[in-house]
Amino acid sequence: AICRPGGSKCRDLNYIRFILIQNRAGKTRLAKWYMQFDDDEKQKLIEEVHAVVTVRDAKHTNFVEFRNFKIIYRRYAGLYFCICVDVTDNNLAYLEGIHNFVEVLNEYFHNVCELDLVFNFYKVYTVVDEMFLAGEIRETSQTKVLKQLLMLQSLE
Amino acid sequence: MPAVSKGDGMRGLAVFISDIRNCKSKEAEIKRINKELANIRSKFKGDKALDGYSKKKYVCKLLFIFLLGHDIDFGHMEAVNLLSSNKYTEKQIGYLFISVLVNSNSELIRLINNAIKNDLSSRNPTFMCLALHCIANVGSREMAEAFASEIPRILVAGDTMDSVKQSAALCLLRLYKTSPDLVLMGEWTSRVVHLLNDQHMGVVTAAISLITCLSQKNPDEFKTCVSLAVSRLSRIVSSASTDLQDYTYYFVPAPWLSCKLLRLLQCYPPPEDGAVKGRLVECLETILNKAQEPPKSKKVQHSNAKNAILFEAISLIIHYDSEPNLLVRACNQLGQFLQHRETNLRYLALESMCTLASSEFSHEAVKTHIETVINALKTERDVSVRQRAADLLYAMCDRSNAKQIVAEMLSYLETADYSIREEMVLKVAILAEKYAVDYSWYVDTILNLIRIAGDYVSEEVWYRVIQIVINRDDVQGYAAKTVFEALQAPACHENMVKVGGYILGEFGNLIAGDPRSSPLVQFNLLHSKFHLCSVPTRALLLSAYIKFINLFPETKATIQEVLRCDSQIRNSDVELQQRAVEYLKLSSIASTDVLATVLEEMPPFPERESSILAKLKKKKGPGAVSVPELDDKREGGELNGGGDRGPDTAAMSASNAVSRYVLVASSCLFMYIGCTTFSWPYCKFPFVFQSTPSPSADLLGIRSAAPIGATPTSTGSLLVDVFSEAGPAAPSAAVNDDGFLRFVCKNNGVLFENQLLQIGIKSEYRQNLGRMYLFYGNKTSVQFASFTTTTKPVEPLVEGGAQIQQVLNIECLTDFSEAPLLNIKFRYGGALQNLSLKLPVTINKFFQPTEMTSHDFFQRWKQLSQPQQEAQKIFKANHGMDTEVLKAKLLGLGTALLDDVDPNPENYVCAGVIQTKGQQVGCLLRLEPNGQAQMYRLTLRCSKDSVSMRLCELLAQQF
Repeated sequence: AICRPGGSKCRDLNYIRFILIQNRAGKTRLAKWYMQFDDDEKQKLIEEVHAVVTVRDAKHTNFVEFRNFKIIYRRYAGLYFCICVDVTDNNLAYLEGIHNFVEVLNEYFHNVCELDLVFNFYKVYTVVDEMFLAGEIRETSQTKVLKQLLMLQSLE
Repeated sequence: MPAVSKGDGMRGLAVFISDIRNCKSKEAEIKRINKELANIRSKFKGDKALDGYSKKKYVCKLLFIFLLGHDIDFGHMEAVNLLSSNKYTEKQIGYLFISVLVNSNSELIRLINNAIKNDLSSRNPTFMCLALHCIANVGSREMAEAFASEIPRILVAGDTMDSVKQSAALCLLRLYKTSPDLVLMGEWTSRVVHLLNDQHMGVVTAAISLITCLSQKNPDEFKTCVSLAVSRLSRIVSSASTDLQDYTYYFVPAPWLSCKLLRLLQCYPPPEDGAVKGRLVECLETILNKAQEPPKSKKVQHSNAKNAILFEAISLIIHYDSEPNLLVRACNQLGQFLQHRETNLRYLALESMCTLASSEFSHEAVKTHIETVINALKTERDVSVRQRAADLLYAMCDRSNAKQIVAEMLSYLETADYSIREEMVLKVAILAEKYAVDYSWYVDTILNLIRIAGDYVSEEVWYRVIQIVINRDDVQGYAAKTVFEALQAPACHENMVKVGGYILGEFGNLIAGDPRSSPLVQFNLLHSKFHLCSVPTRALLLSAYIKFINLFPETKATIQEVLRCDSQIRNSDVELQQRAVEYLKLSSIASTDVLATVLEEMPPFPERESSILAKLKKKKGPGAVSVPELDDKREGGELNGGGDRGPDTAAMSASNAVSRYVLVASSCLFMYIGCTTFSWPYCKFPFVFQSTPSPSADLLGIRSAAPIGATPTSTGSLLVDVFSEAGPAAPSAAVNDDGFLRFVCKNNGVLFENQLLQIGIKSEYRQNLGRMYLFYGNKTSVQFASFTTTTKPVEPLVEGGAQIQQVLNIECLTDFSEAPLLNIKFRYGGALQNLSLKLPVTINKFFQPTEMTSHDFFQRWKQLSQPQQEAQKIFKANHGMDTEVLKAKLLGLGTALLDDVDPNPENYVCAGVIQTKGQQVGCLLRLEPNGQAQMYRLTLRCSKDSVSMRLCELLAQQF
């Protein structure tokens, strides 16, 4: 067979390459890398993602091909949440992965807004690590994640 | 639930961030940052010891400055100090700084690893998780070396907290991906599989990613995970929407875990155990049933989560490709989505249906949606959706609907997005060729392509139409008529002129009977385009003109006139000038017989893989092309010759043919008029003069290319274990020791040659697998009979001048030093010929390069310090000691050539891992040239003694 659909999935390619939160002006609010890139490359990726995502409208899909990968993204007010994965990855699972993450942020920061992410950038990393690790989904239960975050919050 | 209040924690940090946000200009921001940097620097340098809080605050500010895009060159030490704080918030900032500003500063790495070690053994789950997250985020080799054995222990220990297990599983996954050689399988592996049964769904969610990755690499060792995954999936799928509480997302039970379970199952064939399989089929049916149920919520999150599972289930059904009922149900479900109001679903349905189209069970079901898909191609707003629609039309195309699909694709091309035109053109060209029942339709289609999207018609496409017209005499007259008509258009694309020139030059005589397309009319038509064309096209037209002189002697005077005019014979382009001069002389001096021979009609091209199919594959990456395979069998090996034998075989043979033609033509000229110029720059005009290989062809160095007149007659492909006892046992003297050694650092070339036979090889290796193509060329004009090789059957007769091909699949089971032998027997005349050759399969072929820093290298070097792990040789240089040549050889060896590692820049160091089925052998190499003495010292250190020895032996003869 020229194309065995399953064949392509059985490669160790399926993981998140990076997660980006950007505003409409292209300012990065979070960049989490799960693959080695040097600093220049990171900057280039950030700009490219911004360019491909911001031109799309609400009638478009939430997926866009990107180099050899694809970006799954969703826009919340002025912020774009983008996840870069392999082309064979499950689009809808990551799309809801983003939403699940946003709901956790919303609960944790009590109606999250862009400024929360700016002033508490170091806490956002903690939230990400609770939910995504090594490019994989680590925990999906909002209750469990929030309980853990509040426990950490109570520590000195 | 209480939320975080803004700016709590570090006031100074909040003030600083506000200041930065208030800066009106970039300059103001830089000024403010520099002020802060100076402040922090003085605090860090001050005599007063900083308390933990201040240290944390300053490190956090530095991190913020770094994230704004400024370089940070201090503060690392303070960050490392924070790691050993026993306050969570301080430790957290320390770890964050380290994770974001990864720095392989060797001094610090030791301190960092030390702090991580303390936290891992602290039994404090919060600290353990911080440490594990840091390892998972950095994932460096040093960390792998320090912790790869510790983490599995934490993962499977009975008393480890659930959250720590989650982090440990993914941390181990990261280390396994970056340094697989350091993560050793062991007693823990079987216990990891059982994490699929863990009560805590979060642990399962994390562990399954690790298990999936490990299963891909070691499927046998982990195959018990299949039944565990099936029963876990079954429990989730059959649970009520509230059973799983925390893990229910918008009324969908554990959607992410379900997807991961379904994906894990895609690493394996369908379960053999009937009960397990039955249970799984039941799950898949339930998932398909649920898609039909009314939604439990109107929220898009609900339907997305549900459909995420559905699409993953469909992927699994397609992967198994064995349950017709499920395949057809999947297809019907996707059919509903094709008209869904959500663009996402339409897109995903088109994408998923593409793979369904390639299954014999669902191909017909997919075809029923053709109208909807065509409509999508015409009306979708999002170009990526239209592209999927085009992909699906391509995938569902077969003989029954080819004309409709090709017509739709052609009409779409007129308005198609520029970004996808080239690919569309290739697809149309492929379908038109593949399903051409009558070739006039094919010719029309391709000419239409050129007319509509000429700029996007690559060379491969127009080469191909010419190859087909040349090879099929039933279409030649029609092709000549059609191009003649197409050229009437006032503005036609240059590609049309090329095809027109070529075809009329070959077959213009077939339409010359009609006075409306008499020879002179044809010539004038072509020549009217001449001045608007680029140099390569003009060169092609000149060749068409000389062909005209042969076809139609009555045009000779007119054409000679054209050739003789200054704009040709004194053209500033050397190629055009030379053609004009030589063609003019040829036409005036050569006798009719000579002309007729030199300018004879092209012989048929060998049938190989379509050059355009190869091009599409190259464009989309291997595995991405889904030509409906149902038809491949019937078409009789369109892919013969193997996709790897050069993507442009057709084009290549075309240019070889030109070389041959040029050679003969030029030597004619040389004989007749004493012309001394012999160079004839490359052109792609496939006139061939004769089709049997002649010894003179070798002068042009094309002998290693596939012979033009001889198609490969046999392409066997069986998996042969060339390392079985039968292989290397017979020590009968191999005749090709020299040949063999030339292949240590390269993969392609001529392995053996004598007066009768030439054997070329091409080989490629990936991890522990390899594939070798052997090309046996009969150099004589006499048939070889009873041709056999040890490995497997090939075509028993090899015609004179012919070449046959054989493919060997190679798997490296364990390290080895003897090369496998290949025995070849055949009869030439009456005599039995017997050859025994060493196949150039050497252990270094299975190298994976490993990049590492100087520090890593020498650390690993020290670790491999047992005397038997090292092999060393000092030897005299056999070849020049040119740096570039040496580098090329070392790269050819398969290892990574590491720069800036050895303190002496003259030395070369390399690192790599040899992949065998059973194990991986890490290897380090150091080559120290001594230019004055013309000597080398070569040192190898490998984790396995026998490998060091063998590599040293092999390499000592290479430099």
